Amino acid sequence: MTARVAGATPRARAIAVGMGLTRSTAAEFVKVFSLKSWWLLALIMVIYVGLTAAGLAFFFSDVGAQLTGTASGAPAPRLDPVVTANLVYSSVTAVGLVIPLLFGALLATTEYRHGTLTPTVLAQPRRGLVLTAKGIVAALMGAVYGIVGLIGSVGFGAPVLAVLGEPTSLGEPEVTAVLLRTVVATALWSLLGLGLGALLTSQIAAIVIVLAFTQFVEPILRLVANVWEWSASLGRFLPGSATDALVGSGILSSMSALDPSVPSASVDALLWWQGGLVLAALVTVLLLAASLTTLRRDVE
Amino acid sequence: MTARMTASMTASKTARETARKITPTPLTIDALTKVYGDVTALRDVSFSAAPGRVTGFLGPNGAGKTSTLRILLGLNRATAGDALVDGLRYRDLVSPAHRVGGSLSSDVFHPARSGRNHLLTIAIAAGIERARVDAVLEQVGLTDAGHRAVGGYSLGMRQRLGLASALLGDPDALVLDEPINGLDPDGIRWMRGLLRALAAEGRTVLLSSHVLSEVQQTVDDVVVIRHGRIVFDGTLSTLEAGTARVRVGAADSAGLADALTRAGATVERGDRGLRVCGIDVVRTGEVARDAGIALTHLSDEADGLESVFLALTADEGSAA
Repeated sequence: MTARVAGATPRARAIAVGMGLTRSTAAEFVKVFSLKSWWLLALIMVIYVGLTAAGLAFFFSDVGAQLTGTASGAPAPRLDPVVTANLVYSSVTAVGLVIPLLFGALLATTEYRHGTLTPTVLAQPRRGLVLTAKGIVAALMGAVYGIVGLIGSVGFGAPVLAVLGEPTSLGEPEVTAVLLRTVVATALWSLLGLGLGALLTSQIAAIVIVLAFTQFVEPILRLVANVWEWSASLGRFLPGSATDALVGSGILSSMSALDPSVPSASVDALLWWQGGLVLAALVTVLLLAASLTTLRRDVE
Repeated sequence: MTARMTASMTASKTARETARKITPTPLTIDALTKVYGDVTALRDVSFSAAPGRVTGFLGPNGAGKTSTLRILLGLNRATAGDALVDGLRYRDLVSPAHRVGGSLSSDVFHPARSGRNHLLTIAIAAGIERARVDAVLEQVGLTDAGHRAVGGYSLGMRQRLGLASALLGDPDALVLDEPINGLDPDGIRWMRGLLRALAAEGRTVLLSSHVLSEVQQTVDDVVVIRHGRIVFDGTLSTLEAGTARVRVGAADSAGLADALTRAGATVERGDRGLRVCGIDVVRTGEVARDAGIALTHLSDEADGLESVFLALTADEGSAA
C-alpha cells in the first residue's frame, strides 16, 4: 500500500488515470451544482429562447404576415411550414448559444478567479485529466442547456404556431433532426467556452469576449461576409454559420430568403456534418492550445 | 470559548480514533532553484523536514517560502533541483492526498460555495471517503459553519477550513503556508496543540511563518530563508544557543573585554558597555570576578531568539 509506485505497470497506470478521471468528473459536477449559476443560466435560456421562438412563430404566421405585410406595403414572404417550424425551434442556436458558451467559459475561469485551482490541482495533480473532466462536464451540461433551450423554443413556439393556425410540424423527420442537432450544437459551444476560458484564464476577459463576439461581432461579420463571394466562402466557417449548417436551420442563414434586399452571395452552404466538424476542430484547437500554454503554468 | 475548547478536545479524540499506521514521510528540498523572468526567487535551496517533527520554515515575506512549498506540492515548476515527498515528486505519488496534505493560502475558496461542499469536491476528486469531510470539519471546529458559504467566513475560519482540506486524506505529512496568520490567541493555542499532536503521531509537519515568535512554541526544527537562500537550518535549541547574549559594563571596559575574550566569548563594543556572545550571564560574572574587575552593569538579553532571527533575515546593511 505504501505508494512508491511511480514506475508502476502501464496497466496499473491506466487504471489510476481512469479512476482519476471518474473522480475528477464527479467532483466537477459537485462544483457546478453547489453554485447557483448553472440553473440561473438555464432559467435565462428557457425564457430568452422561449420569447424569441414565440415572437418568430407570430412573425411567420398568417396573422403576423398580414400585419408586417401591410406595414411595409408588400406581402411578407411565405415559407414552407417545415422551414418555418425549424426557424422557430432553432431559436436555441439563433440566440441561445451564448448561454452554453458562458457556462463553459465560467467552468474554466472560476478556478482562476477564486484561486480554487490550487485545491483542484492538489487533489488531482494530472492537469490534463482535470481539463478532460471539465470537458466531459462541459459537453454534458451543454447538451442539458440545449434540451432546456428546446423546452423554451418548442414549449413557447409550438403553442403560438398552433393558436395562429399554423402547423407545428412536430414529428416531421426534418424537424426532429434539427432538434437533435441543436443539442449537439450547444454541447460543442459549451466546449468552445471551456477552451476559450482555459486559454484566457481571466474571467472578465472571457465574459466580455463571449458577449461581444456572439451578440455583436459575429452577426455583423456574417452579414458583411455575404456581400462578396470570396468572403461568403470564408464566412461559412464562422462558428455561427457552421452551427446553422450543423443544425440545418438559422435566422441569419435564411435572411435573404426572408428579405430579398439582404445581399446574398451564392456559395454552397456547409453540409450539416461539415458544420459539426468545423466546430469540433475549433474546440480541439482551443483546448490543445490551453493545455500547451496556460495549463502548464505555475498555479498562482 | 467553551465551544472552542470542546472542539479541540474532540479534535484530539478524533485524531486518536482515526489513528492509523503512519508511513514515515520525509519532505526533501534538494538544490531547488526557481527563476521568475529575471528574478531568481530561490537559489540552491536544500533542507528537509523529518517525520514526527514540526519544522518551521521561516523568513520575511518574499524570501521564497511560498514558492518552495508550491513547488513541493507540484503547483509550481522548479527551474532546477527537486522537491520530494518520501523520495517522489508530488505528481508521481500514487495517492497524493493520502501522503501529504497542503494548505497554501486562505484565498482558495469560492465565496458562494459552502465550506462543506468545498471539502466534498476535494474528497471526491482525490478519492477520499466522504465520511472524512464531516470528520475534519469537526476536527477544526467548523461543524456548525460547514453548511454556510465561505464568503461569510472570517480569516481565522478560512484558515481552519484550509487546514481541514489538508487533513482530509489523513496524510502522513502536512505542508502549511502561514497557518497561524489571522488566528486569534485562542486559535493559535489550538493550532499549536493540534500540530504538536499530529507530529507526535509520527507525521511530518512543515509550516511557514514570517514571525518566529508565532511558531516558537510549536516547532522542533527551524529553517530560515532570506532572499531565496537558506541562512539557518537546525533545531530550535541550536538557534537558541546561538542567541545567548549578555550585556555587561565596567569602568575598565578594555580589561573586561580582554578577560572575556580569553574565556572564549565573542565581545562587541556597544554604546553602553559590552555585548557578549558565547557564554552566559553567570559565566560572565565569574570571569569579571576572577579578573578583579568591578561591574557597572550585567544583564541577560532574554529576547535573543527573535533578534537572532531578525539579524538572520535582515539585509546586510542593517544587520550590524
